[in-house]
Amino acid sequence: MSEIDDKALEAYIKAAAAALGVPIEDAWMPSIRANLAVSLRLANIVADFELPDESEPAPVFEA
Amino acid sequence: MEAWSTAAEIAEAVAQGRTSAIAVTEAALARIKERNGVLNAFTAVTAERALAKARAVDAARAAGRPLGPLAGVPFAVKNLFDVAGLPTLAGSKINRTRAAATVDAPLITRLESAGAVLLGALNMGEYAYDFTGENVHDGPSRNPHDTGRMTGGSSGGSGGSVAGGLVPIALGSDTNGSIRVPSSFCGLFGLKPTYGRLTRARTFPFVASLDHLGPLARSARDLALAYDAMQGPDVEDPVCTTRLPEPALPTLGKGIGELRIAVAGGYFERGAGPEVIQAMSLVSQELKANDIIELPEVARARAAAFVITTSEGGALHLDRLRTRAGDFDPATRDRLIAGAMVPASLVTKAQKFRRWYRAQVLQLFERYDAILAPATPMTAPKLGQQTMMLDGAEVPLRANIGIYTQPISFIGLPVVCVPLPLRPLPIGVQVIAAPWREDIALRIAHHLERAQVAQAPRPPL
Repeated sequence: MSEIDDKALEAYIKAAAAALGVPIEDAWMPSIRANLAVSLRLANIVADFELPDESEPAPVFEA
Repeated sequence: MEAWSTAAEIAEAVAQGRTSAIAVTEAALARIKERNGVLNAFTAVTAERALAKARAVDAARAAGRPLGPLAGVPFAVKNLFDVAGLPTLAGSKINRTRAAATVDAPLITRLESAGAVLLGALNMGEYAYDFTGENVHDGPSRNPHDTGRMTGGSSGGSGGSVAGGLVPIALGSDTNGSIRVPSSFCGLFGLKPTYGRLTRARTFPFVASLDHLGPLARSARDLALAYDAMQGPDVEDPVCTTRLPEPALPTLGKGIGELRIAVAGGYFERGAGPEVIQAMSLVSQELKANDIIELPEVARARAAAFVITTSEGGALHLDRLRTRAGDFDPATRDRLIAGAMVPASLVTKAQKFRRWYRAQVLQLFERYDAILAPATPMTAPKLGQQTMMLDGAEVPLRANIGIYTQPISFIGLPVVCVPLPLRPLPIGVQVIAAPWREDIALRIAHHLERAQVAQAPRPPL
Protein backbone atom coordinates (compact mmCIF):
# COMPACT_ATOMS: atom_id res chain seq x y z
CA MET A 1 0.00 0.00 0.00
CA SER A 2 1.28 3.47 -0.82
CA GLU A 3 1.94 5.90 2.01
CA ILE A 4 -0.67 8.47 2.81
CA ASP A 5 0.45 12.12 2.42
CA ASP A 6 0.56 14.56 5.35
CA LYS A 7 -2.53 16.50 4.28
CA ALA A 8 -4.66 13.40 3.88
CA LEU A 9 -3.36 12.02 7.17
CA GLU A 10 -4.25 15.25 8.99
CA ALA A 11 -7.75 15.11 7.54
CA TYR A 12 -8.05 11.51 8.72
CA ILE A 13 -6.82 12.47 12.22
CA LYS A 14 -9.34 15.32 12.48
CA ALA A 15 -12.16 13.03 11.37
CA ALA A 16 -11.07 10.20 13.65
CA ALA A 17 -10.73 12.61 16.59
CA ALA A 18 -14.30 13.76 16.01
CA ALA A 19 -15.54 10.18 15.65
CA LEU A 20 -13.76 9.11 18.84
CA GLY A 21 -14.69 12.24 20.79
CA VAL A 22 -11.05 13.06 21.53
CA PRO A 23 -10.44 16.83 21.39
CA ILE A 24 -7.01 17.61 19.94
CA GLU A 25 -5.19 20.92 19.88
CA ASP A 26 -3.48 22.18 16.72
CA ALA A 27 -0.10 22.11 18.45
CA TRP A 28 -0.39 18.35 18.96
CA MET A 29 -1.01 17.61 15.27
CA PRO A 30 2.61 17.22 14.06
CA SER A 31 3.43 14.73 16.78
CA ILE A 32 0.19 12.76 16.43
CA ARG A 33 0.68 12.70 12.65
CA ALA A 34 4.27 11.49 12.99
CA ASN A 35 3.24 8.73 15.39
CA LEU A 36 0.31 7.61 13.26
CA ALA A 37 2.43 7.65 10.10
CA VAL A 38 4.90 5.24 11.73
CA SER A 39 2.08 3.00 13.00
CA LEU A 40 0.40 2.88 9.58
CA ARG A 41 3.69 2.17 7.83
CA LEU A 42 4.42 -0.71 10.18
CA ALA A 43 0.81 -1.95 10.11
CA ASN A 44 0.91 -2.10 6.33
CA ILE A 45 4.19 -4.03 6.38
CA VAL A 46 2.32 -6.62 8.44
CA ALA A 47 -0.83 -6.45 6.33
CA ASP A 48 1.15 -7.00 3.12
CA PHE A 49 2.09 -10.46 4.37
CA GLU A 50 -0.31 -12.88 2.75
CA LEU A 51 -2.19 -15.21 5.05
CA PRO A 52 -5.10 -17.51 4.20
CA ASP A 53 -8.65 -16.30 4.95
CA GLU A 54 -8.97 -19.14 7.43
CA SER A 55 -6.07 -17.99 9.61
CA GLU A 56 -7.14 -17.26 13.19
CA PRO A 57 -6.03 -14.21 15.17
CA ALA A 58 -3.80 -14.98 18.15
CA PRO A 59 -6.18 -14.28 21.08
CA VAL A 60 -8.59 -17.12 21.77
CA PHE A 61 -11.72 -16.50 23.81
CA GLU A 62 -13.07 -19.36 25.86
CA ALA A 63 -16.78 -19.26 26.66
CA MET B 1 24.33 -8.44 55.63
CA GLU B 2 25.42 -5.73 53.25
CA ALA B 3 23.90 -3.96 50.27
CA TRP B 4 25.13 -6.50 47.75
CA SER B 5 23.96 -9.65 49.56
CA THR B 6 21.72 -11.75 47.38
CA ALA B 7 18.20 -12.74 48.40
CA ALA B 8 19.41 -16.33 48.84
CA GLU B 9 22.18 -15.20 51.22
CA ILE B 10 19.80 -12.99 53.23
CA ALA B 11 17.16 -15.72 53.57
CA GLU B 12 19.77 -18.25 54.70
CA ALA B 13 21.26 -15.84 57.25
CA VAL B 14 17.81 -15.01 58.65
CA ALA B 15 16.84 -18.70 58.81
CA GLN B 16 20.08 -19.54 60.65
CA GLY B 17 19.74 -16.61 63.03
CA ARG B 18 22.98 -14.96 61.86
CA THR B 19 20.94 -11.83 61.30
CA SER B 20 17.33 -10.80 61.81
CA ALA B 21 14.69 -9.68 59.35
CA ILE B 22 14.36 -6.42 61.26
CA ALA B 23 18.10 -5.69 60.94
CA VAL B 24 18.00 -6.43 57.20
CA THR B 25 14.91 -4.23 56.76
CA GLU B 26 16.32 -1.32 58.76
CA ALA B 27 19.54 -1.46 56.75
CA ALA B 28 17.61 -1.44 53.47
CA LEU B 29 15.48 1.50 54.63
CA ALA B 30 18.68 3.38 55.54
CA ARG B 31 20.15 2.72 52.08
CA ILE B 32 16.97 3.99 50.42
CA LYS B 33 17.14 7.14 52.53
CA GLU B 34 20.77 7.65 51.58
CA ARG B 35 20.66 6.85 47.86
CA ASN B 36 17.14 7.40 46.59
CA GLY B 37 17.63 11.16 46.32
CA VAL B 38 20.06 10.47 43.50
CA LEU B 39 18.67 7.26 42.01
CA ASN B 40 15.00 8.34 42.17
CA ALA B 41 13.97 4.69 42.13
CA PHE B 42 11.30 4.70 44.86
CA THR B 43 8.13 6.78 44.57
CA ALA B 44 6.74 5.45 47.87
CA VAL B 45 8.48 3.75 50.80
CA THR B 46 6.27 1.52 52.96
CA ALA B 47 8.52 1.65 56.03
CA GLU B 48 5.95 0.90 58.73
CA ARG B 49 4.53 -2.00 56.82
CA ALA B 50 8.01 -3.36 56.15
CA LEU B 51 9.06 -3.15 59.79
CA ALA B 52 5.85 -4.91 60.89
CA LYS B 53 6.40 -7.70 58.38
CA ALA B 54 10.05 -8.08 59.42
CA ARG B 55 9.04 -8.34 63.09
CA ALA B 56 6.53 -11.04 62.13
CA VAL B 57 9.26 -13.02 60.34
CA ASP B 58 11.55 -12.75 63.37
CA ALA B 59 8.69 -13.75 65.70
CA ALA B 60 7.97 -16.80 63.54
CA ARG B 61 11.59 -17.89 63.80
CA ALA B 62 11.64 -17.30 67.55
CA ALA B 63 8.53 -19.46 67.88
CA GLY B 64 10.18 -22.23 65.86
CA ARG B 65 7.71 -21.94 63.00
CA PRO B 66 9.00 -22.78 59.50
CA LEU B 67 10.29 -19.81 57.49
CA GLY B 68 9.69 -19.31 53.78
CA PRO B 69 12.46 -19.41 51.16
CA LEU B 70 12.55 -15.59 51.05
CA ALA B 71 12.50 -14.98 54.81
CA GLY B 72 13.43 -11.38 55.52
CA VAL B 73 14.32 -10.56 51.90
CA PRO B 74 13.51 -6.93 51.01
CA PHE B 75 11.77 -6.30 47.68
CA ALA B 76 9.91 -3.51 45.89
CA VAL B 77 7.46 -3.30 43.00
CA LYS B 78 6.96 -1.10 39.96
CA ASN B 79 4.23 1.38 40.88
CA LEU B 80 1.67 -0.26 38.60
CA PHE B 81 1.21 -3.05 41.18
CA ASP B 82 -1.62 -2.52 43.66
CA VAL B 83 -0.14 -1.95 47.11
CA ALA B 84 -2.75 -1.68 49.86
CA GLY B 85 -2.87 1.91 51.05
CA LEU B 86 -1.31 3.48 47.95
CA PRO B 87 -2.93 4.76 44.76
CA THR B 88 -1.66 2.68 41.82
CA LEU B 89 0.17 5.37 39.83
CA ALA B 90 1.42 3.44 36.82
CA GLY B 91 3.84 6.34 36.40
CA SER B 92 1.05 8.82 35.70
CA LYS B 93 -0.18 12.10 37.15
CA ILE B 94 -3.79 11.16 36.41
CA ASN B 95 -3.83 8.07 38.65
CA ARG B 96 -2.74 10.12 41.68
CA THR B 97 -6.38 10.98 42.30
CA ARG B 98 -7.48 7.33 42.30
CA ALA B 99 -8.53 5.79 45.57
CA ALA B 100 -5.78 3.89 47.35
CA ALA B 101 -5.71 0.17 46.64
CA THR B 102 -7.30 -1.85 49.43
CA VAL B 103 -5.71 -5.19 48.56
CA ASP B 104 -2.20 -6.06 47.36
CA ALA B 105 -1.54 -7.55 43.93
CA PRO B 106 -1.36 -11.36 44.30
CA LEU B 107 2.32 -11.49 43.29
CA ILE B 108 3.10 -9.29 46.32
CA THR B 109 1.01 -11.57 48.54
CA ARG B 110 2.83 -14.63 47.19
CA LEU B 111 6.29 -13.15 47.81
CA GLU B 112 5.27 -12.09 51.31
CA SER B 113 3.91 -15.57 51.98
CA ALA B 114 7.44 -16.80 51.22
CA GLY B 115 8.75 -14.41 53.87
CA ALA B 116 9.77 -11.44 51.72
CA VAL B 117 9.35 -7.88 52.98
CA LEU B 118 7.82 -5.20 50.74
CA LEU B 119 9.68 -1.87 51.00
CA GLY B 120 7.70 0.23 48.55
CA ALA B 121 6.70 1.21 45.02
CA LEU B 122 9.06 2.14 42.19
CA ASN B 123 9.32 4.81 39.51
CA MET B 124 8.37 3.90 35.94
CA GLY B 125 7.69 5.39 32.52
CA GLU B 126 4.17 6.81 32.21
CA TYR B 127 1.59 4.04 31.79
CA ALA B 128 4.47 1.72 30.81
CA TYR B 129 4.57 3.13 27.26
CA ASP B 130 8.32 3.72 27.54
CA PHE B 131 11.79 2.24 27.08
CA THR B 132 13.82 4.99 28.83
CA GLY B 133 12.83 5.07 32.52
CA GLU B 134 12.29 8.83 32.22
CA ASN B 135 9.15 10.31 33.74
CA VAL B 136 8.01 13.95 33.46
CA HIS B 137 5.96 13.78 36.67
CA ASP B 138 8.40 12.05 39.03
CA GLY B 139 11.70 12.79 37.31
CA PRO B 140 13.88 10.16 35.66
CA SER B 141 15.03 6.92 37.23
CA ARG B 142 18.83 7.19 37.26
CA ASN B 143 21.25 4.44 36.30
CA PRO B 144 23.46 3.51 39.29
CA HIS B 145 26.40 2.83 36.94
CA ASP B 146 26.27 6.43 35.66
CA THR B 147 23.60 8.65 37.15
CA GLY B 148 23.63 10.83 34.04
CA ARG B 149 22.29 7.89 32.07
CA MET B 150 18.97 6.13 31.62
CA THR B 151 17.98 3.05 33.58
CA GLY B 152 15.93 1.91 30.63
CA GLY B 153 12.22 1.39 31.00
CA SER B 154 9.57 1.25 31.56
CA SER B 155 10.53 -0.62 34.77
CA GLY B 156 13.16 2.05 35.47
CA GLY B 157 12.94 2.16 39.26
CA SER B 158 13.00 -1.64 39.30
CA GLY B 159 16.35 -1.56 37.50
CA GLY B 160 17.77 1.32 39.56
CA SER B 161 16.71 -0.07 42.94
CA VAL B 162 18.31 -3.50 42.38
CA ALA B 163 21.45 -2.30 40.56
CA GLY B 164 21.89 0.43 43.18
CA GLY B 165 21.87 -2.07 46.05
CA LEU B 166 18.64 -0.79 47.63
CA VAL B 167 16.86 -4.15 47.38
CA PRO B 168 17.96 -7.55 46.01
CA ILE B 169 14.69 -8.19 44.13
CA ALA B 170 12.21 -5.93 42.34
CA LEU B 171 9.15 -6.75 40.27
CA GLY B 172 8.52 -5.14 36.92
CA SER B 173 6.29 -5.55 33.90
CA ASP B 174 7.31 -6.30 30.32
CA THR B 175 5.04 -5.69 27.34
CA ASN B 176 7.71 -5.15 24.69
CA GLY B 177 10.92 -5.26 26.75
CA SER B 178 10.26 -3.28 29.94
CA ILE B 179 12.00 -5.84 32.20
CA ARG B 180 14.74 -6.81 29.73
CA VAL B 181 15.74 -3.27 28.71
CA PRO B 182 16.39 -2.03 32.29
CA SER B 183 18.13 -5.35 33.02
CA SER B 184 20.45 -4.70 30.09
CA PHE B 185 21.14 -1.03 30.87
CA CYS B 186 21.53 -1.58 34.64
CA GLY B 187 23.49 -4.86 34.44
CA LEU B 188 20.93 -7.18 36.06
CA PHE B 189 19.37 -10.59 35.63
CA GLY B 190 15.75 -10.17 34.55
CA LEU B 191 13.09 -12.79 33.91
CA LYS B 192 10.20 -12.24 31.55
CA PRO B 193 8.29 -15.50 31.98
CA THR B 194 6.02 -17.16 29.43
CA TYR B 195 2.91 -15.11 28.60
CA GLY B 196 0.27 -16.24 31.08
CA ARG B 197 2.68 -17.82 33.56
CA LEU B 198 2.36 -15.26 36.37
CA THR B 199 -0.93 -13.65 37.34
CA ARG B 200 -1.35 -10.00 36.38
CA ALA B 201 -4.36 -9.46 38.65
CA ARG B 202 -4.46 -6.11 40.45
CA THR B 203 -1.81 -4.49 38.35
CA PHE B 204 -2.49 -1.54 36.05
CA PRO B 205 -2.51 -2.91 32.49
CA PHE B 206 -1.02 -1.54 29.28
CA VAL B 207 -1.56 -4.02 26.43
CA ALA B 208 -3.63 -7.03 27.51
CA SER B 209 -2.36 -9.08 24.54
CA LEU B 210 1.29 -8.63 25.51
CA ASP B 211 1.58 -7.74 29.21
CA HIS B 212 3.84 -9.90 31.42
CA LEU B 213 5.12 -9.49 34.99
CA GLY B 214 8.42 -10.76 36.37
CA PRO B 215 11.42 -10.20 38.68
CA LEU B 216 14.77 -8.41 38.33
CA ALA B 217 17.68 -9.45 40.56
CA ARG B 218 21.47 -9.59 40.83
CA SER B 219 21.70 -13.37 40.41
CA ALA B 220 19.95 -16.11 38.47
CA ARG B 221 19.26 -17.96 41.73
CA ASP B 222 17.39 -14.97 43.12
CA LEU B 223 15.28 -14.83 39.96
CA ALA B 224 14.41 -18.51 40.40
CA LEU B 225 13.60 -18.04 44.10
CA ALA B 226 11.20 -15.18 43.38
CA TYR B 227 9.73 -16.82 40.27
CA ASP B 228 9.00 -20.11 42.04
CA ALA B 229 7.29 -18.27 44.89
CA MET B 230 5.02 -16.39 42.47
CA GLN B 231 3.80 -19.25 40.26
CA GLY B 232 0.30 -20.68 40.42
CA PRO B 233 -3.11 -20.25 38.83
CA ASP B 234 -5.36 -17.27 39.52
CA VAL B 235 -8.95 -17.00 38.32
CA GLU B 236 -8.70 -13.22 38.55
CA ASP B 237 -6.42 -13.08 35.49
CA PRO B 238 -8.14 -14.77 32.51
CA VAL B 239 -4.75 -15.13 30.80
CA CYS B 240 -3.07 -16.85 33.76
CA THR B 241 -2.29 -20.50 33.10
CA THR B 242 -4.03 -23.32 34.93
CA ARG B 243 -0.81 -25.35 34.80
CA LEU B 244 0.50 -26.33 38.17
CA PRO B 245 3.67 -24.54 39.31
CA GLU B 246 6.82 -25.88 37.67
CA PRO B 247 9.64 -24.83 40.01
CA ALA B 248 12.91 -23.82 38.38
CA LEU B 249 15.12 -23.95 41.47
CA PRO B 250 15.52 -27.79 41.65
CA THR B 251 17.24 -27.92 38.21
CA LEU B 252 19.05 -24.57 38.38
CA GLY B 253 22.48 -26.12 38.93
CA LYS B 254 22.05 -28.91 36.39
CA GLY B 255 24.45 -27.28 33.93
CA ILE B 256 24.04 -27.03 30.18
CA GLY B 257 25.31 -30.50 29.18
CA GLU B 258 22.71 -31.71 26.71
CA LEU B 259 21.13 -28.38 25.81
CA ARG B 260 21.11 -27.33 22.15
CA ILE B 261 21.65 -23.59 21.93
CA ALA B 262 21.57 -21.41 18.81
CA VAL B 263 22.30 -17.76 18.11
CA ALA B 264 19.74 -15.52 16.40
CA GLY B 265 21.41 -13.86 13.42
CA GLY B 266 20.24 -11.65 10.56
CA TYR B 267 17.88 -9.05 12.04
CA PHE B 268 19.59 -9.38 15.42
CA GLU B 269 23.02 -8.59 13.95
CA ARG B 270 21.93 -5.49 12.07
CA GLY B 271 22.39 -2.30 14.04
CA ALA B 272 24.30 -4.05 16.81
CA GLY B 273 26.92 -1.80 18.39
CA PRO B 274 30.43 -3.06 19.31
CA GLU B 275 29.37 -3.84 22.90
CA VAL B 276 26.51 -5.99 21.60
CA ILE B 277 28.84 -7.93 19.34
CA GLN B 278 31.32 -8.45 22.21
CA ALA B 279 28.57 -9.58 24.60
CA MET B 280 27.08 -12.02 22.11
CA SER B 281 30.51 -13.43 21.36
CA LEU B 282 31.36 -14.02 25.04
CA VAL B 283 28.05 -15.75 25.74
CA SER B 284 27.96 -17.89 22.61
CA GLN B 285 31.57 -19.02 23.16
CA GLU B 286 30.89 -20.08 26.74
CA LEU B 287 27.76 -21.96 25.68
CA LYS B 288 29.41 -23.40 22.54
CA ALA B 289 26.46 -22.08 20.55
CA ASN B 290 27.80 -22.32 17.01
CA ASP B 291 24.59 -22.50 14.96
CA ILE B 292 23.32 -19.17 13.68
CA ILE B 293 19.63 -19.20 12.81
CA GLU B 294 17.15 -16.65 11.50
CA LEU B 295 13.76 -16.07 13.05
CA PRO B 296 11.24 -15.95 10.18
CA GLU B 297 9.76 -12.54 9.29
CA VAL B 298 11.14 -11.08 12.49
CA ALA B 299 10.99 -7.44 11.32
CA ARG B 300 7.31 -7.92 10.57
CA ALA B 301 6.86 -9.44 14.03
CA ARG B 302 8.35 -6.34 15.60
CA ALA B 303 6.06 -4.18 13.43
CA ALA B 304 3.00 -6.18 14.49
CA ALA B 305 3.93 -5.88 18.18
CA PHE B 306 4.25 -2.11 17.71
CA VAL B 307 0.80 -1.88 16.09
CA ILE B 308 -1.00 -4.05 18.67
CA THR B 309 0.69 -2.08 21.44
CA THR B 310 -0.28 1.35 20.23
CA SER B 311 -3.82 0.28 19.39
CA GLU B 312 -4.60 -1.50 22.66
CA GLY B 313 -2.85 1.28 24.59
CA GLY B 314 -4.98 3.88 22.80
CA ALA B 315 -8.14 1.93 23.56
CA LEU B 316 -7.22 1.52 27.24
CA HIS B 317 -6.73 5.26 27.72
CA LEU B 318 -9.48 6.56 25.40
CA ASP B 319 -11.65 8.01 28.18
CA ARG B 320 -8.68 9.73 29.80
CA LEU B 321 -7.63 11.12 26.40
CA ARG B 322 -11.14 12.56 26.05
CA THR B 323 -11.26 14.22 29.44
CA ARG B 324 -7.73 14.68 30.83
CA ALA B 325 -5.44 14.87 27.82
CA GLY B 326 -3.56 17.79 29.38
CA ASP B 327 -2.49 15.67 32.34
CA PHE B 328 -0.51 13.14 30.29
CA ASP B 329 3.15 13.49 29.41
CA PRO B 330 2.64 15.12 25.97
CA ALA B 331 4.79 12.46 24.29
CA THR B 332 2.71 9.63 25.78
CA ARG B 333 -0.51 11.45 24.94
CA ASP B 334 0.33 11.86 21.26
CA ARG B 335 1.38 8.20 20.93
CA LEU B 336 -1.84 7.05 22.58
CA ILE B 337 -4.09 9.35 20.50
CA ALA B 338 -2.43 8.08 17.32
CA GLY B 339 -2.81 4.52 18.63
CA ALA B 340 -6.54 4.96 19.14
CA MET B 341 -6.81 5.90 15.45
CA VAL B 342 -5.14 2.85 13.91
CA PRO B 343 -7.82 1.08 11.85
CA ALA B 344 -9.16 -2.10 13.46
CA SER B 345 -8.68 -3.97 10.17
CA LEU B 346 -4.92 -3.50 10.43
CA VAL B 347 -4.84 -4.52 14.10
CA THR B 348 -6.73 -7.73 13.32
CA LYS B 349 -4.19 -8.49 10.58
CA ALA B 350 -1.41 -8.06 13.15
CA GLN B 351 -3.14 -10.53 15.49
CA LYS B 352 -3.48 -13.04 12.64
CA PHE B 353 0.18 -12.62 11.79
CA ARG B 354 1.02 -13.22 15.44
CA ARG B 355 -0.42 -16.75 15.33
CA TRP B 356 1.42 -17.52 12.08
CA TYR B 357 4.73 -16.25 13.47
CA ARG B 358 4.28 -18.22 16.69
CA ALA B 359 3.86 -21.47 14.74
CA GLN B 360 7.00 -20.75 12.71
CA VAL B 361 9.17 -19.91 15.72
CA LEU B 362 7.93 -22.93 17.67
CA GLN B 363 9.32 -25.12 14.88
CA LEU B 364 12.79 -23.77 15.72
CA PHE B 365 12.37 -25.07 19.26
CA GLU B 366 12.07 -28.61 17.89
CA ARG B 367 15.77 -28.28 17.01
CA TYR B 368 16.98 -26.04 19.82
CA ASP B 369 16.35 -25.70 23.53
CA ALA B 370 17.34 -22.06 23.65
CA ILE B 371 18.11 -19.16 21.34
CA LEU B 372 20.47 -16.28 22.18
CA ALA B 373 19.83 -12.72 21.06
CA PRO B 374 21.03 -9.29 22.16
CA ALA B 375 18.73 -7.44 24.57
CA THR B 376 19.38 -3.86 23.46
CA PRO B 377 21.25 -2.38 20.49
CA MET B 378 23.38 -0.23 22.84
CA THR B 379 24.43 0.34 26.45
CA ALA B 380 22.53 2.91 28.56
CA PRO B 381 21.99 6.18 26.66
CA LYS B 382 22.34 9.58 28.34
CA LEU B 383 19.26 11.04 30.04
CA GLY B 384 17.38 13.21 27.60
CA GLN B 385 19.01 11.64 24.55
CA GLN B 386 16.56 11.71 21.62
CA THR B 387 18.30 9.91 18.78
CA MET B 388 20.70 7.02 18.25
CA MET B 389 22.80 5.60 15.46
CA LEU B 390 21.42 2.39 13.99
CA ASP B 391 22.97 0.75 10.94
CA GLY B 392 24.79 4.00 10.16
CA ALA B 393 21.63 6.15 10.25
CA GLU B 394 20.43 8.54 12.95
CA VAL B 395 17.03 7.31 14.15
CA PRO B 396 14.70 8.23 17.06
CA LEU B 397 15.97 6.58 20.24
CA ARG B 398 12.78 5.66 22.12
CA ALA B 399 11.13 3.51 19.51
CA ASN B 400 14.32 1.67 18.61
CA ILE B 401 15.58 0.63 22.06
CA GLY B 402 13.22 -2.35 21.92
CA ILE B 403 13.95 -3.69 18.46
CA TYR B 404 15.51 -6.90 19.84
CA THR B 405 13.06 -7.52 22.67
CA GLN B 406 9.75 -6.85 20.88
CA PRO B 407 9.76 -9.81 18.46
CA ILE B 408 10.25 -12.20 21.41
CA SER B 409 7.59 -10.98 23.86
CA PHE B 410 5.25 -10.68 20.86
CA ILE B 411 4.70 -14.44 21.11
CA GLY B 412 5.18 -14.72 24.85
CA LEU B 413 8.42 -16.73 24.90
CA PRO B 414 10.18 -16.91 28.29
CA VAL B 415 13.45 -14.97 28.44
CA VAL B 416 16.17 -14.46 31.00
CA CYS B 417 18.19 -11.33 30.29
CA VAL B 418 21.75 -11.95 31.53
CA PRO B 419 24.15 -9.06 32.27
CA LEU B 420 27.65 -8.85 30.79
CA PRO B 421 29.84 -6.73 33.05
CA LEU B 422 31.52 -4.82 30.23
CA ARG B 423 33.28 -1.51 30.88
CA PRO B 424 32.36 1.26 31.17
CA LEU B 425 28.74 0.06 31.05
CA PRO B 426 27.04 -3.34 31.26
CA ILE B 427 24.77 -4.80 28.57
CA GLY B 428 22.37 -7.72 28.45
CA VAL B 429 21.89 -10.81 26.32
CA GLN B 430 18.53 -12.57 25.98
CA VAL B 431 18.43 -16.30 26.70
CA ILE B 432 15.16 -17.33 25.03
CA ALA B 433 13.45 -20.68 25.65
CA ALA B 434 10.35 -22.47 24.38
CA PRO B 435 7.02 -21.63 26.05
CA TRP B 436 6.82 -22.87 29.66
CA ARG B 437 10.57 -23.65 29.78
CA GLU B 438 11.68 -20.84 32.08
CA ASP B 439 13.68 -23.56 33.85
CA ILE B 440 15.97 -23.93 30.82
CA ALA B 441 16.60 -20.19 30.45
CA LEU B 442 17.35 -19.94 34.17
CA ARG B 443 19.72 -22.94 34.05
CA ILE B 444 21.68 -21.32 31.24
CA ALA B 445 21.76 -17.98 33.07
CA HIS B 446 23.03 -19.70 36.21
CA HIS B 447 25.70 -21.52 34.21
CA LEU B 448 26.88 -18.24 32.66
CA GLU B 449 27.02 -16.69 36.11
CA ARG B 450 29.06 -19.55 37.56
CA ALA B 451 31.42 -19.29 34.60
CA GLN B 452 31.75 -15.57 35.44
CA VAL B 453 30.67 -14.60 31.94
CA ALA B 454 27.43 -13.07 33.22
CA GLN B 455 27.59 -10.98 36.37
CA ALA B 456 25.68 -8.08 37.85
CA PRO B 457 28.47 -5.51 38.30
CA ARG B 458 28.60 -3.27 41.38
CA PRO B 459 28.25 0.39 40.47
CA PRO B 460 30.66 3.03 41.81
CA LEU B 461 28.32 4.41 44.50
